[in-house]
Amino acid sequence: MPITSVNDFVIRFANINGSGSASANEMFARAILRMGVPVAPRNIFPSNIQGLPTWYDVRVTEDGHLGARGGYDFVVAMNPQTFRQDVAGLEPGGYLLHDSTRPLFPGQLRSDIEAIGIPLTAICNSEYSDARQRQLFKNILYIGALSALLDIDMAEFERLVGEQYKGKDKLTAPNIHALHLGRDYARAHFACPLPLRVARSDKVGDRIIIDGNSAAGLGAVYGGATVCAWYPLTPSTSLAEAFTRYCARYRTDPATGKARYAIVQAEDELAAIGMVAGATWNGARAFTATSGPGISLMQEILGFAYFAEIPAVIFNVQRGGPSTGLPTRTQQADLIACAYASHGDTRHVMLFPENAGEVFEFAASAFDHADRLQTPVFVMLDLDIGMNKQLCAPLSWDDARRYDRGKVLDADALDAAKDFGRYLDVDGDGIPYRTYPGAHPSKGSYFTRGASHDRYSRYTEDGAAYVDKMQRLLRKSETAKSMLPGPVIRLAAQPTRFGALYFGSTSAALHEAAELLAGHGHALDLMRVRAFPFSEEIRRFIADHDMVFVVEQNRDGQMRSMLITECGVDPTRLIAILHYDGTPITARRICEMIRRHCEAARITPIRRVGS
Amino acid sequence: MTYLPKPKFHHPSLPRNARGYTRRDYEGSISTLCAGCGHDSISAAIIEACFLSAIEPHRVAKLSGIGCSSKTPAYFLGNSHGFNSVHGRMPSVLTGAELANRDLIYLGVSGDGDSASIGLGQFAHALRRGVNMVYIVENNGVYGLTKGQFSATADRGSQSKKGVVNTDNPIDLVSLALQLGASFVARSFSGDKAQLVPLIQAAIEHRGAALLDVISPCIAFNNHAGSTRSFDYVRAHNEAVNSLDILGPREPITVDYAPGTVEIVEQPDGSTLALRKLNDDYDVHNRVEAMNFLHHHAARGQIVTGLLYVDPGAADLHASLNTVDTPLNRLGEAELCPGAAALEALNAGLR
Repeated sequence: MPITSVNDFVIRFANINGSGSASANEMFARAILRMGVPVAPRNIFPSNIQGLPTWYDVRVTEDGHLGARGGYDFVVAMNPQTFRQDVAGLEPGGYLLHDSTRPLFPGQLRSDIEAIGIPLTAICNSEYSDARQRQLFKNILYIGALSALLDIDMAEFERLVGEQYKGKDKLTAPNIHALHLGRDYARAHFACPLPLRVARSDKVGDRIIIDGNSAAGLGAVYGGATVCAWYPLTPSTSLAEAFTRYCARYRTDPATGKARYAIVQAEDELAAIGMVAGATWNGARAFTATSGPGISLMQEILGFAYFAEIPAVIFNVQRGGPSTGLPTRTQQADLIACAYASHGDTRHVMLFPENAGEVFEFAASAFDHADRLQTPVFVMLDLDIGMNKQLCAPLSWDDARRYDRGKVLDADALDAAKDFGRYLDVDGDGIPYRTYPGAHPSKGSYFTRGASHDRYSRYTEDGAAYVDKMQRLLRKSETAKSMLPGPVIRLAAQPTRFGALYFGSTSAALHEAAELLAGHGHALDLMRVRAFPFSEEIRRFIADHDMVFVVEQNRDGQMRSMLITECGVDPTRLIAILHYDGTPITARRICEMIRRHCEAARITPIRRVGS
Repeated sequence: MTYLPKPKFHHPSLPRNARGYTRRDYEGSISTLCAGCGHDSISAAIIEACFLSAIEPHRVAKLSGIGCSSKTPAYFLGNSHGFNSVHGRMPSVLTGAELANRDLIYLGVSGDGDSASIGLGQFAHALRRGVNMVYIVENNGVYGLTKGQFSATADRGSQSKKGVVNTDNPIDLVSLALQLGASFVARSFSGDKAQLVPLIQAAIEHRGAALLDVISPCIAFNNHAGSTRSFDYVRAHNEAVNSLDILGPREPITVDYAPGTVEIVEQPDGSTLALRKLNDDYDVHNRVEAMNFLHHHAARGQIVTGLLYVDPGAADLHASLNTVDTPLNRLGEAELCPGAAALEALNAGLR
């Protein structure tokens, strides 16, 4: 039976990397969005520029489930290399759109799917003579066909084409022509629309669509970052590029045309974090964007910054590790590498945004936290939310908001102060006062060093002075707990002894899974962790439940380990729910794993005979 | 080193410079290096240069890596902020600092292990970016703090104190700096204060990446027969091409050298270098000739010192990045935050 569904399906585009499919596929997702139907697009791409397989999944979801669902109901199979695999993965009753210019071999299809053959190559070859045009318009052609098959409003596509080629108007008409070629062919040869289709709705509202890396780059602009030092590394590159783009737009001095920012592509990640430390020490807001391999390289200066108390913001767009690992796939596997980065006892601040909207917010506030706490702050994205566009609430900014530059003494404050010691805990919160170089002709200078130092930043090898320093850093860590974003708790409709704890990009899939589980009669209280060090609320939530499922995207349950260590939780109460094959975690998978545990826990013990 | 505390007492008749500072105002804490260390002579030269140029101590940021040389910023300019970073990473930290505030003077102090071994990459990239800094390498060809291992600048065939012969080729930081586009390249000797002090003054005045490679014998581990970085060896093989006099912007230029041997070099700040040529064949503005000259003399076992290359019109990193004149660390919300209205407009384009 062909799948029948309106506004609730997953379509997969199977393409060849570098064939120009990305912009056509994105236009497809946007057109549906413009019809008021939420979509969640995901790009699955290889570590390659041209030739290897690439997929683009669009989840069409009236209910607004933006996590990955798993599986697909429709496939546009444009890549002969993966054709067999693309057909095999299709849900029973699903649809296959393929290029029928060459006949398929017997056995290339399945009997339980609907095949839709369109001679895309033949149409393009007869229509266009230029090789590149033949390739590019093939993508537009199948989008046109889909508009008929899935009942997507042609007017939306036409508007999108117009917007895309604004200023290059001579490209608009040929693209619209190609759309119509595909649409007309589909209409002439198939019953349109299919039982699987899109219908106009009003579920998008004023939401926007943006990728997390762009949101982070923009957040850094809003947060007042002026220095960015980075080294190209997938999947973080587009973050630094977004910052560059937004700086050019918003940070160019209108009078002089000069830049109110400095961006340096460093020679490696060691230099990138070194530049960040130098800039923040000198009173600018600075950041770097990187991924796991970069974090590995930055370890030494991260430890220095922790110990010498230098602010820094590090965006870690996590990918599959260890080593080169899965460079173009997603994971949440750098928690421990970041939380305790560098040798010796360290404890770093981490923020876990759930989507692009929160990435923007955390990106901007990370600079306040770093300045206030005088320490590195990691903003932990991953490839899934970093590189994929997501539907989220419009970004907002309060013009009354002021940057919190933390405890900085200027020349007047230094003149008024009785005593200045760079590492004196004047306020008892573990956070000392600092000065910027050049602040005062005779007061407030100090020597920053990674060697053990006393409260006046003088070199010391005295054990008591060292312990004094390390203890104060712990007090500062306690202060951090109260400043950082607390967990977000959603209680189940009825009291339950089960909880689920999650963070970052897992959010969307987990919320959907919780609905599915509730449908199966398993109520879950939910807690989304948003920062490390963990606050007291997190410990209490765990204490209040018999069993807490810790859902994360790594092999070793890194969050779970940290909860056990940091909160002193009985390990048997924390159940690891793990997913780490490089694909984004899905609601189906979370639901299935948690359900198994809930049902096992529900078995009532057999009464001992005779007791 | 000495354990005697340095007296704070200033003699009232101590000479003052144009900004009213005495030499004492440029001193730091007492050196913990070995007595007679060449590095202490360099610290003294830095103090003298800053005094003579009437630099305001708090307008200097001094940064270093790890090693004996990198400890020295504690021993001069006690009223300047200091940053003793990690091994080999001073150049990146300095680059970041300089990006944040273009108005200060950046003094990077490093050693041969710090710059030529662990930090060669950062050394190279800071120079090729044209970071406006004075980069001083206190070059003794040896790891002092870890007791006498060869560094990457040690000459092939030279002998360590334990008698081990170095079989690796040396890295010549001056040649590298020339190749990498540093716009001020000089070499000197810690034992030649008359040459070193004006070179430091000139490097501070230079806008752009200034490298000063200072041969600084390690009296503990590299001052024996068989070493090519000992006091005796360097004195015997020193080939000075020129010496400098610094003239402030308002001082009349009086040339009292024989005609044809003095060249006046205008600095961007209006000050002038009077370059007394010791070798008539040497042209400080010709990068290619400078490299040839160095190689030629190195092959003869000579250590060329003096101002080797200067490009007074060089563009620095801020010029390349076209940054605003106001230091970035002084910009606030008004200059940096695009505000709510811009964000609303942006949202509209994301639907």
